[in-house]
Parts: sequence; structure tokens; C-alpha cells
Amino acid sequence: MIAFSLRQSWVIGLVVLFVALFVITRFIQPAYGARDFASLTQAALPYAFAVAAQTVIVLAGGIDLSIAAMMAVTSVTAALLMKDQSAASALYAVPLVLAFGFALGALNGILITISRVPDIVVTLAMMFVLQGVALLILPSPGGGAADWLKALVVGSLSVPGLPDAVSAWIPHALLVVVIAVCVVWIPLKRSQLGLSIYAIGSSELAAFRSGVPVARTRILAYGIGGIFAALGGLTLTMSTGIGAPIPGPYLLASVAAVVLGGVALTGGRGGLVGPIVAVFVLRLVRTDLTLLSVDPNVTTIIEGVIMVTVVMFGALLAMRGRST
Amino acid sequence: MSEVASPLPQPHLGRRLRRLMADQPIIPLIVLLILLCAVLQLLSPGIINPLWVANTIKFAIPLALLAGAQTLTMLTGGLDLSVGTVGTMAAFIMATQIGHHDPATTLALSLLPAVLIGLANGVGVGIFRVHPLIMTLGTGLVGSGILQVYQRTVIASGSEIPPFIVWLGTGLTYGVPNALLLFVPIAALIIFVLRRTGFGRQVYAIGDNEKASRLSGSTYWQVILALYVASSLLAAIAGLLYVGVIRTPSLTLLEPLVLPSVAATIIGGTSIFGGRGSYATAILGALILRVLTTLLTVLQMPEGLRQGLFGLVILLVTAIYLRIIEDS
Repeated sequence: MIAFSLRQSWVIGLVVLFVALFVITRFIQPAYGARDFASLTQAALPYAFAVAAQTVIVLAGGIDLSIAAMMAVTSVTAALLMKDQSAASALYAVPLVLAFGFALGALNGILITISRVPDIVVTLAMMFVLQGVALLILPSPGGGAADWLKALVVGSLSVPGLPDAVSAWIPHALLVVVIAVCVVWIPLKRSQLGLSIYAIGSSELAAFRSGVPVARTRILAYGIGGIFAALGGLTLTMSTGIGAPIPGPYLLASVAAVVLGGVALTGGRGGLVGPIVAVFVLRLVRTDLTLLSVDPNVTTIIEGVIMVTVVMFGALLAMRGRST
Repeated sequence: MSEVASPLPQPHLGRRLRRLMADQPIIPLIVLLILLCAVLQLLSPGIINPLWVANTIKFAIPLALLAGAQTLTMLTGGLDLSVGTVGTMAAFIMATQIGHHDPATTLALSLLPAVLIGLANGVGVGIFRVHPLIMTLGTGLVGSGILQVYQRTVIASGSEIPPFIVWLGTGLTYGVPNALLLFVPIAALIIFVLRRTGFGRQVYAIGDNEKASRLSGSTYWQVILALYVASSLLAAIAGLLYVGVIRTPSLTLLEPLVLPSVAATIIGGTSIFGGRGSYATAILGALILRVLTTLLTVLQMPEGLRQGLFGLVILLVTAIYLRIIEDS
């Protein structure tokens, strides 16, 4: 138990921080209730998937600057596939979009492997390409989404047998994140592929020498990142009802939350839970500042300062850890 | 053991060519630039004239200045993504303060945030060892927030762009852009410092092998601090110049140039891991990107296709280029 809490100390710290922030929120705005929490999670949804995508790739020792553009592409694809279609159309649209995301991510991985160009450069170039593709698919915001998909991220759960006061605190959006993460991440982490991802992240050479198929693992890691990005794109379409070809601010946010979530940017260390909790912490900070009627631009400053301070603090801790 | 030294086998022509290109990376870039111009001339005969050349240079100079900022930081394995915010801040402060202060004070005021952000970046990267990508993203975020708050306070007082800045940004003297007056000395200084001074050697040494350079006596954090401040100052100058070209101060003036400046530096053959590269080739990279943009505009493609091709060309050029350098 002690070993577990030591290993997970960063995540536990984040959860404590989230709870503390939540108490503060209730303090500032006593009326802050389940409904507000639901809208918070709904707003955090695309961020959560963006950061999940980035985390998998960073764990494998890479970085993906094309995440936001990839979300835009998958979002417009989903919106176009479901436009003026029956509710059932979403049944094939969703898997199609997820497969598309996987293909786009894997393409990044393949290009990095084949061209031997550094990942930052490849994904930077792909960012331009994907932005272009999104504009070609849908020149202006439009398309549509199936109603039941839209309902999936709005409101909260009602479980028979549970009092409403409790179940109201389980928003649909939160369930979507938890289920998606459980379905993709947990089997992955327990599989050989998951181990290989951590291995190539911490030392590519050592992994190669112990027989890990480095190229294949990297491509798959980018592919899984692509699936998460596609989920992010889907949730964008689901919560707005349309697709927009312009990438949102998700790249910056994803990198920030990855670092806040205790994942080493050099790869190989960290998990998926930390970054996702970090997303919620960041969104709640924003909510608090809004509730305090702070100028939204000052909020940007505060967010930036938090990000820089946390990263500096983390880097300092890492240095201490190395020297002792 | 014969007395006659057998002549070295003459390497294959292709290999010799590759060797030459690897030793002089500027040659393939010049060839590429000429090729792009030739294609442009073919597609739209008569487009290449002195005025067009002057215009291309004029628009390439702010990009080349930003590429200078990227080159300096990339040589030590870093990157400066705060240049967009820094340059925009300098331009915006200049335009809003020129009405209240004399030019020298205004210049100092507009360079001040650049120095501060540069110092913050240098301290974060050099002393705290934060990843440069994160550090500069963060300071850029803080800077853009401050800029927006600042904009609220001056929204009533209006802005103006002094004629001198416009003259410098867009003016031509005998068909030569005036901006070159500013750019040539700066570029010469960067190239001189990197190639001929002890500081320049330390920069390359740190980028090549940080531990070895520390053991041989260079102080990591001092070099990094100096580089990031210099990078910010270059960005501020680029911002001041670019507002002379665009002639309207906006809050996102320089943002569209940030990622292209990284691309220009990479096309110019500077390694993103540090230790290899030069500023001269980055300038060519900026010119190539400008000509490429013109080319894609002339082809009258939809915006999406244009962006896509832009990305593909960056990827392709970098891949081919790396292959040439690494294989020989």
C-alpha cells in the first residue's frame, strides 16, 4: 500500500488538489452543484481525449504537434458522415472515424520511422497537412450529429436504486472518458504492446537490444494516440452538433496537462490517469477564476504561470532525484 | 610494399556530389530556391521581375529574423515558441506608446517585455532545466494574456505606426528594400558570433555534447540565458519590422509566422537536436518558404490544399536533406 501510494504520489497529489479546488469552488459559489459539474466535465471532454492522445505518444518517447489538427479532421469527418442521416448512421460513422484516427496517427508513426526525420518536425509538417485536409473536407463549419450521440455527453446518469442526489454527480461526459480509457488503456497497459511502449520511451536502444520491435511499437503508439484524437474529434462534434475545420487550442493544453499529470516528456515514465485528472484541475481553476469574476485574460496569465511553475518545480524535483 | 603510391580510387560522381552537398549544405538549398523560381516563372511568365524579388525579400525578412531566433535556440537542442507573442508585444506596445513618449523611450518600452520573457525562458531552460518547448509555450501563453489585458487599458487611446517603421518595413530605395539596412548587419552579426567567436563555439559545443562542453569549462546556464534573451530580442525586432509591413497592429500579428520560422530553420538544415546548422542556410530556408507560398498562391489552389502541400513540402525537403547529410 505504501509502495503503491509512493508510486502514485503524483496522481494522488493531483486528486487531492482537485478536491481542494472543489471545496474552494463550493466556498466561492455555494450554489455550485451537480449541473455545473456536468457542464464542467462536458467542456473538459475534448481536452481529456487530446491529453490522452498526447500521453500515449509521449510515453513512447515521441511528441505529436498535429493532435489539434487531427481532432479537427476527425470532427469534420464525423459531422459530414452523420449530416442529414438517420440515427443508425452513427453506428457505422463512429467506428469509421475511430479507424480514420488510427490511420492518421499510424501515418505519423510510419513517416517518422521511414523518413528518420525527428518526430517534432514530422508532426509539425503533418499539422499543416491535416489543417489543410480539414478545410478540404468541410470548408466552413457545418454537418451534423446523430441526436443520441449528442445526448451521450449531455446531462447526467440516472441509476435505478441510487438517489438522484448521488447519481446527478455522475455526468455522462465523465462516464464517456472513464469507459473510453478503460476500454483502450487498461488492456493496452497490461499487454506486451504496453510494456514495449514504456520500453522504447525510456530507452530505445535498450529496448531494441532486448528484442522489442521498436518501429512497430512506435507506429502503434501513434496509432493509439490517433484513436484518442479521433475520440476527441467525435466529442467535439457531439457536444456542438457540427464540425469545425479550424483546430482548437488543444495542442498547447494537451502538452501542459501531460506535464502537469506527471508524465516525463523524455518518455517512459507516467500514466494516463494523472494527465486526465490534470485536465480537470486546469478546467476547475478556470471555472473558479470565472466565478471570482476575474478577467478571462488574466485567467490565461494565471494558467500560464501555473503551468510554468509546476514544470519548474517538477524539473527541480527530477534534478534532486538524480543527484541523490 | 611498392614504392609507387597507388592513386586513391576516384569516388563515384554521385557520391562526390553528395559529399559536396553535405559539406556545403547551402548549395542544395540555392538549387532548390532557383528551381522553385524557375517553376514559378514557367507557370506565370514574367512574374519574376525586380519588384517581385524586392517584395519577396521584404516579406521574407521578418520570417528570417524569427528563424534566427529559432537557429540560436535550436543549436543547443532547444526551440523558442514564445517568439510570436514577444514580437507581437513589441509591435503593439510601440504602436500604442509612440503617441505618448519620445521614440527612444518607446523603443525601450517595447523591447522591455522581450528582455523579460527572454530572461524567464533562459532561467527556466538553463537553470531549472525545463524542456524548452514547454517553457517557451508557457511564457508565450503568459505574455499573450498580459498583452490582452494591456490592450484593454489602451483601447481608448488608439494606435499609430510611425512613418519611419513603415519606411523601414515597406520602403524601397533604388529597388532595394530598406529593411535590408537593418537585416544585413543583424544577420552578419549572428553569423560572425556563431562562426568566429568563443561564444559561438560554446553554443555548438553545448548542442553537440552538453556534458563534454561542461567538463571543458563552458557554463551551461550563462550561454543558454544569453541565447534566449538574444532570441527574444530578435523576435521583438521582427515584430517591429513586420508591423511596418502589415501596417495594422493586431494581437496575433506574428503568430502565423512562428511555426513557419521553425520550418524555415529545419529546412535550412539545422538539427533539432542541436550542434549542427547555420544561420545563412536558415535565411535561405525563409526565402524558400516565401517563394513556395507565392507558388501555391499562383496555382490558385483552395486554402486547404495549399496548407497541405506546404506541410508536405517541408516534410519532403527535410527528409531528402537529412538523407544527403547522413549518408555521406
